[in-house]
Amino acid sequence: MAVETKERAATSAPRSGGPLGYGAGRERPSGGFELWTWLFMRISGIVLLFLAVGHVLIMHVLDEGIERVDFNFVAVRWDDVFWRTWDWALLSLALIHGVNGLRVVVQDYVKPAGARFAVNMVFYTLGFILFVLGTVVVFTFDPSQWVGAV
Amino acid sequence: MAATGRTAGRVTLRGTLAANGGTHVAKRRSDVGTLYRGSPGQWSWIAHRITGVAIVLFLFIHIVDTAVVGWGPEAYNRVESVYQNWFVRLLELGLVAAVVYHALNGVKIMLFDFWPSTTRHMKGLSLATTGLFVIAMIPITWIIGKATLELVGWL
Repeated sequence: MAVETKERAATSAPRSGGPLGYGAGRERPSGGFELWTWLFMRISGIVLLFLAVGHVLIMHVLDEGIERVDFNFVAVRWDDVFWRTWDWALLSLALIHGVNGLRVVVQDYVKPAGARFAVNMVFYTLGFILFVLGTVVVFTFDPSQWVGAV
Repeated sequence: MAATGRTAGRVTLRGTLAANGGTHVAKRRSDVGTLYRGSPGQWSWIAHRITGVAIVLFLFIHIVDTAVVGWGPEAYNRVESVYQNWFVRLLELGLVAAVVYHALNGVKIMLFDFWPSTTRHMKGLSLATTGLFVIAMIPITWIIGKATLELVGWL
């Protein structure tokens, strides 16, 4: 995870210009780290379109939604490697996508270099700790230690 | 940016004006006194940012509450019981709406980014994105809303 990045020259507000007198979306960075994160946001966005929207629909909308979600539900679900993989991929991509999104937002609203660094570090650290926590739980969860629970 | 002016000063001036899309051009007389409504892109940009920040803040909490599953059924089911509350159900509906909006608008952004010629249909695509969002939210609101009303005993 990057510690310092190049300042964006312009604000990230929608740029003007283009066929209708206003443009759309974020100006594509010319290169380096910002171009890679720009590309990552879009590629992970496409994957999250399925992982995150699917997750939200399965857990909150379809088939009784959140009512049916409890320990047993998770135990049965994570008995399947497919769902563990899905959830871990969702955890990783959503965290990186989200923390990078926060970095972009922070770049717009936190101008002093020291404060910006501090705020970013809080999010990077939090993101890293949660990534480790989530990864450990997804891969080490074993419901058999609670006999009779499943 | 095609700079066609002959003197350096002129090039800069024209370049600057063209680069911001001519927003410094005086408004038409008919614009005076009318409500500023912005462009569709401006509103979707704000909505994309707000939903994005809301989702990632929920994600931070959600990883922790899901991790409790590693502490056994009693602990996890106690955490999950937070959903037995009508206000949390409304937040849940808001979360689903935020994810759906962010996803649909994200597709629109990628369309503009990877196929810039589509920006000429920006108004139509913004309308389509908003329309799809509303259409998707009708059954979702019905389902979560019904469950919420059943929870508080009104249904």
